[in-house]
Amino acid sequence: MATRQTQSLARLMRAPAIILLLIWMIVPLGMTLYYSFLNYNLLNPASTSWAGFFNYKYFYTDPAFWESIWNTLVLVLGVLLITVIGGILIAMLIDKPIFGQGIVRILVISPFFVMPPVAALIWKNMIMHPSYGVFADIAKFFGMSPVDWFAQYPLFSIIVIVAWQWLPFATLILLTSLQSLDGEQMEAAEMDGAPALSRFFYLTLPHMSRAITVVILIQTIFLLGVYAEILVTTNGGPGNASTNLTYLIYRAARLNFDIGGAAAGGIIAVVLANIVAIFLMRAVGKNLD
Amino acid sequence: MARAVSTQTKIGWTIAAWIVALLIFFPILYTVITSFKTENEAISGFNMIPSFTLDSYREVQSQYNYFRPFMNSVVIAVGSTVLALLVAVPAAWAMAFSPTKHTKDILMWMLSTKMMPAVAVLVPIYLIFLRTGLMDTRIGLVIVLMLMNLPIVVWMLYTYFREIPGEILEAARMDGATLQQEIVHVLTPMAVPGIASTLLLNVILAWNESFWTIQLTTTNAAPLSAFIASFSSPQGLFWAKLSAASVMAIAPILIMGWFSQKQLVRGLTFGAVK
Amino acid sequence: MGSITLKNVRKAFGDVEVIPGVDLNIEDGEFVVFVGPSGCGKSTLLRLIAGLEDVTSGSIQIDGKDVTDAGPAKRGLAMVFQSYALYPHMSVRKNIAFPLKMAKMPEAEQEKRVAHAAKILNLDSYLERKPGQLSGGQRQRVAIGRAIVREPAAFLFDEPLSNLDAALRVNMRVEISELHNNLKTTMIYVTHDQVEAMTMADKIVVLRAGNVEQVGSPMELYSRPANKFVAGFIGSPNMNFIEGEGAAKHGAHTIGIRPEHWQLSTTEGAFPGTVGVAEHLGSDTFLHIQLDDGTPIIARAEGERDIHHGDKIFLTPQEGRIYKFSQNGLAA
Repeated sequence: MATRQTQSLARLMRAPAIILLLIWMIVPLGMTLYYSFLNYNLLNPASTSWAGFFNYKYFYTDPAFWESIWNTLVLVLGVLLITVIGGILIAMLIDKPIFGQGIVRILVISPFFVMPPVAALIWKNMIMHPSYGVFADIAKFFGMSPVDWFAQYPLFSIIVIVAWQWLPFATLILLTSLQSLDGEQMEAAEMDGAPALSRFFYLTLPHMSRAITVVILIQTIFLLGVYAEILVTTNGGPGNASTNLTYLIYRAARLNFDIGGAAAGGIIAVVLANIVAIFLMRAVGKNLD
Repeated sequence: MARAVSTQTKIGWTIAAWIVALLIFFPILYTVITSFKTENEAISGFNMIPSFTLDSYREVQSQYNYFRPFMNSVVIAVGSTVLALLVAVPAAWAMAFSPTKHTKDILMWMLSTKMMPAVAVLVPIYLIFLRTGLMDTRIGLVIVLMLMNLPIVVWMLYTYFREIPGEILEAARMDGATLQQEIVHVLTPMAVPGIASTLLLNVILAWNESFWTIQLTTTNAAPLSAFIASFSSPQGLFWAKLSAASVMAIAPILIMGWFSQKQLVRGLTFGAVK
Repeated sequence: MGSITLKNVRKAFGDVEVIPGVDLNIEDGEFVVFVGPSGCGKSTLLRLIAGLEDVTSGSIQIDGKDVTDAGPAKRGLAMVFQSYALYPHMSVRKNIAFPLKMAKMPEAEQEKRVAHAAKILNLDSYLERKPGQLSGGQRQRVAIGRAIVREPAAFLFDEPLSNLDAALRVNMRVEISELHNNLKTTMIYVTHDQVEAMTMADKIVVLRAGNVEQVGSPMELYSRPANKFVAGFIGSPNMNFIEGEGAAKHGAHTIGIRPEHWQLSTTEGAFPGTVGVAEHLGSDTFLHIQLDDGTPIIARAEGERDIHHGDKIFLTPQEGRIYKFSQNGLAA
């Protein structure tokens, strides 16, 4: 709904953002795709040759690849489970009439603003360290022997750290959704004799379903790319026990200088992310009209 | 739901909520406390009361020239955000006020670029940086982070701009305002709050970014995220110093974050939850 | 001063033709109301006149000057929007002065005009407030004030009362009519409410699907509707239509009788029926009647009548108050 002059001006205003993103998307992805078909190692760039699907086959047959896929899945699902369930419970708790709600909100949201390397270091040293961590102190207090978390349960330890970072995000979004719940609807249900648990399952949960979907999808996008937490704590080890796909590709590219292999891994990561993205786009797209 | 609740019930919920909140906040709190301890105190068991020494802060600055990564973080976070805004404001503006049949498709496509895993383009970006001399430069990181966050910035601005009723712009046009006057007197004052919260959220995201910053810097341009990550290995047992460095790295953003919680929901969910 | 002429104005959004071609003459000083059901193109027509939309073809003249390609600012018109479209970040004073500031009028003159408008509209004590602190009616007045100060060639109103509650709407209706009497400036007013159209207009333009169905004074439309659509749209409650045998007797495909044009009898008459709901308002009694052939009818009786649910009743149209329509809906 506008006149002709504004239309052409609008085109001009849109152009830079669109062109920049187009380049940002096409050029690197195209290069990744190209490299994924090359035998290309930075240690020996002279012997670069066409590899066909070798890199993909190599990745596919490497047990570390499947282990990393498995770890990626466990990491994503584990964090989602903790953050969504924890988020719903905490959101409902904060939504109750309490003193100092503002401060409670601030405390709960804080971990989200801690950069990943710092979060990982805090947990690695201050909380989960086998000799000086708070968990060790607690264990000693009860006369138990402290657990070496990152050696014995490396993936679980990383899940804990990442869940701590993302719990605030889930809580905040679910709380926002919860606060838009119609109070009269709740009172009507109470008048109709619905007990608290039924009200939760038949009113609260369906009302939050959209927010829960959004939390799951957005977190998944970020969780597929968890990197710094692993780098700082376990370096992917012991063995490959805490190596996810992102970390595996990083290792191929930066530590083994295997450009072709890393590129093939990158393409696999794109495919994985796209599966999630399709669902997310649908959820968000509905909101546009 | 303005409902009278007995004080007893309220106190019960209050205690429960505060316990949960403090548990979640505890790692940050304990880091702050540890940063005021001596190195000896830091490893001698659980202790919530430090000796309030500032030694660790002083040493972090003198030993590691902490000021440099801090300034790198500021330049990179602010620079990439401002650059993204320069490109995104006109684009979001045009899409909000002169939408076409394809506006929705363009927005969805922009969102899809955000879904691209960073690691998928690690190889080409790394090689491009090596060959163009952008490696370990602030400008290189500014460009990458700007492009990475551009879709979020466009989206956030778009959702804000769309809330400015079109009739107001038409009213200004009827009142004889030229396009320039319309922008200066009507649109800008109404758009500034939205632009400000977009800026805030984007600075937070850029400040905390820890994939590209680690991959594309070594010493010169390393911002706090890369600096802390490298700090970890040799300094593992100097916890007071580590805590002091951590506190300085997260404090500014934590405070900004507290002020922008509402916008955070909206920005990170692309307007899907308000 | 404020005569507006539309010549074969067409508007299409892509392939969708919203206005197939309108010719219209608006005289200086007239109060013209565009009325029609929602989606009839009345707002689009107003926006074409305002210059907020481009015409697809045809021409628009204001005071004999072709403004078809002129921007909204160049046409010398003022508009009051449905949402009032006040600038939320400016005080009432600044809102009203905004068009004057855009015209680079000297400050002293600006202040004089704002003060004058504020006095007319009873806004004196609110000048320093922001729109957010005002009630709906007050915001409406500010929007009108912003239009007045420019002394435009014509005022355009786009459903200005639709966001107000019923009582306030009646008040504002009277205020706008009074404003027109005082200013004697051309006003074009868009509404879907035929009561607003009837009470305010010098001239009503009835639109349906982008076509002008009829143009005329309220009483012309009431007593000589050009077709069934206009007949049914103007008047409240709506006109009753009877087809078939009852209409054939009067030599028409359909006859229309307004609720207020029935003679009621409990003993004899042309159309026998049964009373359903009877609405007793004191001044009037509205009867919902079902004729024996099933046709639903509304009849208005003056004053209080002792007629109740289930009563048998006979209806006879008043002499000379029967509207006859041919099969294609045109007045016969």
